[in-house]
Amino acid sequence: MSDNEYTLYNETVMDHFMNPRNMGDLPEADGIGEVGAAACGDIMKISLKIRDGKIEDARFKTFGCGSAIASSSMATELIKGRTLEEVKNFSNQEVVDALGGLPPVKIHCSVLAEEALKAAIEDYEKKNSLESRTAPEAATA
Amino acid sequence: MKSVYLDHQASTPLLPEAFEAMRPYFTEAFGSLSSLHRHGLRVRDGVKKAREQVAAFINAESPDDIIFTSGGTEAANLAVKGFADANERKGNHIVWCTTEHPSVMNSIEYLEKRHGFTSTRVPVNPIGQINPEDIRAAITDKTILVCVHLVNHDIGTIEPIKAISQITQEKGVVLYVDAVAAAGWLPIDVQALGCQLLSFSPHRFYGPKGVGVLYRNRKARITSQIHGGVQENGRRAGTENVPAIIGAGVACEIAARDLGDRIAHVSRLQKRLYDGMISRIKYIKLNGPVPGPDRVCCTLNWSTEFIEGEGQLLLFDLHGIAVASGSSCVSKSLKVSHVLSAIGLDHALAQGNIIMSLGKDNTGDDIDYVVEIFTKIVDKLRNMSPMWQEFQEHKIDSVISPTGHGQSFTERAASVSGKAAH
Repeated sequence: MSDNEYTLYNETVMDHFMNPRNMGDLPEADGIGEVGAAACGDIMKISLKIRDGKIEDARFKTFGCGSAIASSSMATELIKGRTLEEVKNFSNQEVVDALGGLPPVKIHCSVLAEEALKAAIEDYEKKNSLESRTAPEAATA
Repeated sequence: MKSVYLDHQASTPLLPEAFEAMRPYFTEAFGSLSSLHRHGLRVRDGVKKAREQVAAFINAESPDDIIFTSGGTEAANLAVKGFADANERKGNHIVWCTTEHPSVMNSIEYLEKRHGFTSTRVPVNPIGQINPEDIRAAITDKTILVCVHLVNHDIGTIEPIKAISQITQEKGVVLYVDAVAAAGWLPIDVQALGCQLLSFSPHRFYGPKGVGVLYRNRKARITSQIHGGVQENGRRAGTENVPAIIGAGVACEIAARDLGDRIAHVSRLQKRLYDGMISRIKYIKLNGPVPGPDRVCCTLNWSTEFIEGEGQLLLFDLHGIAVASGSSCVSKSLKVSHVLSAIGLDHALAQGNIIMSLGKDNTGDDIDYVVEIFTKIVDKLRNMSPMWQEFQEHKIDSVISPTGHGQSFTERAASVSGKAAH
């Protein structure tokens, strides 16, 4: 039996699990979303840096299984550079496809990534609308 | 890459002696036990010897008390359903331990759903032990059967079977003991235990798969659950899996011969692993009793805080180390092990669960390697975990070593998901 002949997930998922992209926090994040999966108890946090209506940078932290870690890694890779409008239509299926598929019982991990991302954007929009109310000149600038 | 197998409670490699003994029964000694010609008689002889080896292994009164099945699960089904079937007119109530293996639990639940039985689940304490007096209190005049495992399959707790059998004998109720997690790792004497039914699975101690054993003495009448011919004295129809039965006999004989040495060796490794893990990893908890008289020598069940079990299992595997986990992410139902729930383990700790089960071929070097790799795994996963970070920021607290700052992990998880996890 060679070392990597038998693995639980496909090569792409294993790669994103072993070498996660964008793992960590953004010190001055514009939006942070933290969500938990009621089904299994996993928790995912996505932080975003947003400039000119675009996602400039994204980071994640995940408490969860291999496919949850891989899903958050892939989701943050996919959304970097996209506009907020584009990201609002982001679906978990894109994560599943980019990962080359997940076992059926693990699809909810990709849903968690979608939810964490949307929660981060919601957080950004909430902060932004508060700022625009307190400092209208900043919002129009 | 170094390879360390620490999942002996899932299965073990076949003993070379058992393999050699089995070999001719695949080819030249292929006859059926029921045949009356020389091919059948040769096989009959081999199976007779195996039955004697198995009977001696557990000190059964007679080899006739040994029934070969297809595995531990079938043996448990036959014990529970076969006994219930044969004794229904005496009563329809079963008392059982809440941490029983699914093969026992689901057999009882089947009887409840389909055959009008009722049952009482007796709870366990936080280390998984049952109080025999709770068994006494649960027995009614309708009770026909008490089911308690000898060793828990997840957390390694040894149950006080002798004290329980005193009660069942006093009450005139039959006791069934699932010994699948015990056989091969501690001495089993059915007469000293005082049980009437006991099952085990040879592939859990270097025998082959495809064979299970049910011991059944005269006091426990059972009805076959597989209908057909009169194999196994009419208690289990179907042509016998002769090679596996031969291998089971050899595994039992060698286990009986080597048990003392095997226990001494594995206990030393268990202690070394326990000491290594406890001293090197922070916020880790052993589930079940500490190594000693209340715990089987071969397993350690851990909960490591702020990280999840499947990720640990995968990283171990990438380092050549095979372990198991009771985390919800590992199960197809997305539920944590019912044993961990039954001992009242916090969900966060159940999520971080890893089960290591040692075997006779593990070495001290293996153990040191496992501890070394585990410290790296814990660092890697905690570095990725939002919960570890929130613990450093005092937003959530440790369950294992509370600081008094922050929400509990479970409260935090519920607040971000809006719902409590299973």
